[in-house]
Amino acid sequence: MNILQTRGLEVAYGGIRAVKGVDLTVRRGELVCLIGANGAGKTTTLKSLCGMLAPSGGEILYEGSPITGIPSYELVRRGISLVPEGRGIFGRLTVEENIKIGAYARRDGAGVRADQDRLYDLFPRLSERRSQQAGTLSGGEQQMLAIARALMSRPRLLLLDEPSMGLAPMLVQKIFEIIRRIAEDGVTLLLVEQNAKLALQASHRGYVMESGKIILTDSAAALLKDPKVQHAYLGG
Amino acid sequence: MDILTQQLINGLVLGSIYALVALGYTMVYGILELINFAHGEVTMFGAMICLAVIGALAGNGTGLDGGVIVLLGLLAAIAVCMVMGFLIERIAYRPLRRAPRLAALITAIGVSIVLQNLAMLIWGKQYITFPPLLPLVRYELGGAVITNLQIFIMVLSCLLMAGLLVLVKHTRLGRAMRATAQAQDIAGLMGINTHTIISVTFVIGAALAAVAGVMVSAYYGLAHYYMGFMLGLKAFTAAVLGGIGNIAGAMLGGLLLGVIESLGAGYIGALTGGFLGSHYQDVFAFFVLILVLIARPSGLLGERVVERA
Repeated sequence: MNILQTRGLEVAYGGIRAVKGVDLTVRRGELVCLIGANGAGKTTTLKSLCGMLAPSGGEILYEGSPITGIPSYELVRRGISLVPEGRGIFGRLTVEENIKIGAYARRDGAGVRADQDRLYDLFPRLSERRSQQAGTLSGGEQQMLAIARALMSRPRLLLLDEPSMGLAPMLVQKIFEIIRRIAEDGVTLLLVEQNAKLALQASHRGYVMESGKIILTDSAAALLKDPKVQHAYLGG
Repeated sequence: MDILTQQLINGLVLGSIYALVALGYTMVYGILELINFAHGEVTMFGAMICLAVIGALAGNGTGLDGGVIVLLGLLAAIAVCMVMGFLIERIAYRPLRRAPRLAALITAIGVSIVLQNLAMLIWGKQYITFPPLLPLVRYELGGAVITNLQIFIMVLSCLLMAGLLVLVKHTRLGRAMRATAQAQDIAGLMGINTHTIISVTFVIGAALAAVAGVMVSAYYGLAHYYMGFMLGLKAFTAAVLGGIGNIAGAMLGGLLLGVIESLGAGYIGALTGGFLGSHYQDVFAFFVLILVLIARPSGLLGERVVERA
């Protein structure tokens, strides 16, 4: 069953059409990646899916019902969460406050505390630093915090925007390990990445975006072998 | 009589009022990076509403105790000002959320003028006196005099400020306010309705302003449709002195400014050989503002300076 589907999605950014009629589908439990060059419209697509940007045309269906134009604070309650590009952590809040605010929309105190403990187990570095200001964390720790914070809302669909950006290769591996673990827990993931190779290796399926349009879609394994993809995005 | 002690007491009383008003400026700036110049007028409305209620209840054969009448006036002022704070944000500032900062700033000045004129139409141009409903008790303190009203103002201010600090630092709402102040769009991703949080910020600031307005009118025994202008500028100065956007800074800046003004007014005559008198009191606030802007634009507790039109 489809958890997310867009039909002819268009998003304009200050008069410029950044997304020009995108159709994409994510099935429940899948890990799908959206790859493409800088400026292809990947981030804009994600921002419209989570309600940060209102589409100028087309339709977004989530769990079968239209969510086009619904603001992000509502969509979180429905189970869509975004880990934004550049992490977007609250630097002047403590690590713990960042984690807590991730569960802002939830009312089940006991469940929140249980999830918090679970995430601290998953990210021991964050546990050690819970009373520290989040702005003092390293880039990798901030990315983990951003992911942990997004998970605190118990998303059914998690959107990740460039989670590996600016991180050392070892940390990139670690982040992808975490992404796989989240997928195994049953969370559906849509991943935007410039690191196409790693993204495709982790994903079930992939979409290739260029100048605001989807130019190619297939299983991740097939895309990895596709000569066009190899040439343009995998440095082959 | 010990002039230094006396001026310190007067300064702390005045300063705690400035601090309450400064909090409104600093909280709104923290979230919207907007100087809400209408905030001084909300303070004035607090005083006017309170006096209107007192005028209606006192000497009208209601038989109510003076303290009860003042309390009712204060509560009415708080309620009306909270509604005003909500409406000002909703009507004047929300439509400009995505507009350039300058548009919002000019709108703020416009709202301020509208409110001043509204007050003038309702209550006229004359000074309104605060009737002596409560007996004034004087206490000796280290060669100086402190009144029960002064003690009340300082204690109530401290309680309100402590309450605000607890709210902002330790509650879910406070976390949402700080998150919204840091990054509105990301706060939205957390499930925070930032419009609501901004409204709440205006309403809290307006409630504090109402209390401050009542305090000022009770302290000086007067209210006037124009009183919010100077009080607003002073409180804005206090917020800048403490570091605009910083809540503890507004408290510190308010108290400091009150003390600086009071000491200045107390000693200016002696310092200038009688050439300038204590009515030059207002000079000090703006002298401090200029000094802060030159020497430490981010204020005493401010972290950063953001350049925006």
